[in-house]
Amino acid sequence: MTPAALESLPLLVAFPFESVYVRSIIAVSLYVSLLAVLASTVVSVPVALVVGFTDFPGRRFATSVINTGMGFPSVVVGLAVLFLVSNQGPLGGLGLVFTKEAMIASQFVLATPAITGISLAAVTSVDRSVRDAAYSLGGTRLDVALVTVKEARYGIATAVLAGFGRAISEVGSVLIVGGNIAGADGVSKTRTLTTAIQLEARQGRYETAMVLGAVLIVIVLLVNAVVVRLGDGGRFR
Amino acid sequence: MTKHRREFLAALGATATVGLAGCTGGSALGDSNEMPGVAGETLTLTTTTSTYDTGLLDELNAPFEEMYGVTVDSVAQGTGAALETARNGDSDVVMVHARSLEDEFMREGYGVNRRDIMFNDFVVVGPEDDPVGIGGVGSATEAFSTIADQGATFVSRGDNSGTHTKELAIWGAAGVEPSGDWYRETGQGMGEVLNVANESGGYTLSDRGTYLSQRSEISLVIHVQGPIEGGPELLANPYGILAVNPAAHDNVNYDLAMAYIGYITSPEGQRRIEEYTANGEQLFYPEALSEDPDFQQYVPEGWSGNSTDG
Repeated sequence: MTPAALESLPLLVAFPFESVYVRSIIAVSLYVSLLAVLASTVVSVPVALVVGFTDFPGRRFATSVINTGMGFPSVVVGLAVLFLVSNQGPLGGLGLVFTKEAMIASQFVLATPAITGISLAAVTSVDRSVRDAAYSLGGTRLDVALVTVKEARYGIATAVLAGFGRAISEVGSVLIVGGNIAGADGVSKTRTLTTAIQLEARQGRYETAMVLGAVLIVIVLLVNAVVVRLGDGGRFR
Repeated sequence: MTKHRREFLAALGATATVGLAGCTGGSALGDSNEMPGVAGETLTLTTTTSTYDTGLLDELNAPFEEMYGVTVDSVAQGTGAALETARNGDSDVVMVHARSLEDEFMREGYGVNRRDIMFNDFVVVGPEDDPVGIGGVGSATEAFSTIADQGATFVSRGDNSGTHTKELAIWGAAGVEPSGDWYRETGQGMGEVLNVANESGGYTLSDRGTYLSQRSEISLVIHVQGPIEGGPELLANPYGILAVNPAAHDNVNYDLAMAYIGYITSPEGQRRIEEYTANGEQLFYPEALSEDPDFQQYVPEGWSGNSTDG
């Protein structure tokens, strides 16, 4: 396979990136992963602040739940979400099985512990004097939280990237809850880059699978570059 | 009384739905007045990897989608998984190829209106040089016995698919309980199993369609033919289609499922199946139109009615 794969590298150049099939797959991948990561971030950062800076009973337990969630197997999450959204499940009436929404839900479950865990490490490492200064200047709890987030922005950016990386490169759960559906006209409904790669490999079309894999890697690199850039100079300063 | 009220509400809901669908459908279709009630609806089809990976399904679904202005969501699983998804009410129609599993599904009350749609056959494939010499034996059971006796690598689907069900039936007929290092269960689709057999110099049982559509990528050759090329009837591979029983799951789109079954078994659907080729070869043989209809296709095999047997 390997020599053949090397010979097929020119395919990368000739690959029909403008085709509806490839474009729609990329669009679905980004839509699902970005929305899931956005929702995860909205939940994770406040949770990280609360767990990081308040004393409440069960705080250690919460931390260990987050840490366990970071390494939770994705196919198990997919299975659990499938049971939830299946027509026999508690949320069956919503008709979510084999939809992008179900995929977003499973990616959310996977990304949230990762983003929370890394954000938690980032905010707790912010120097205590920063918070003390914010308090002594008469800041409210919200002001102090904002200052802390600003100080920890690199760490939080890293957390979001880790969550995005987990979401977009994940195959097991999206295959189970999404069903890898593309229309007869080649437009993806729930087919992502990862599940498309799995399908192409199953059919022995390794060249196409490799090209889609290259696209996936390029997307991850681009998003990394953008987030690092944002954390570096743009919006957060 | 309550039942009466429920029926009234259901009728009211249905009228409103049809009315609303009529509005949206009407605007989408312009002044065309064909089937405004279903336009925009989605049919979820669970099917086997073989109908999907050969490309047949896209060929069939595109004209159906166009005809009714609907969407067909096809989820490719093994036959067992496809039926299990339908059991949970997560699909509306199932296209599979394991009659014993289909009959079980119908007996449990989950499926209705089963129709034969097409057939092809299974073939035993293996390395070109045929290390244990199954090419001469002609029968699938003898070929399997030889593979087991010689301990030649055999790659199994191992995924409760239609092909896996057939493979286990052949092992049963050969009186062999497959186990040991030579027997490898992959738990994957046919395409992947063909790749694994190809890479590991092993034998496997494949449906002819997937084998033909993938033949240019692999070096496996057919050692035992199925009935299409004069091989044993044991290797026949009939496909059926079933609607999920709306009495078991009231959320399923039964009307659209029956429209789909009607289309697939119509002269046009059957012609498309017949004319579909990959690498220049016909993959599936239509079976729905028959001069001698098989009434057993609608009910589980061997199901005898009260009136005849008493």
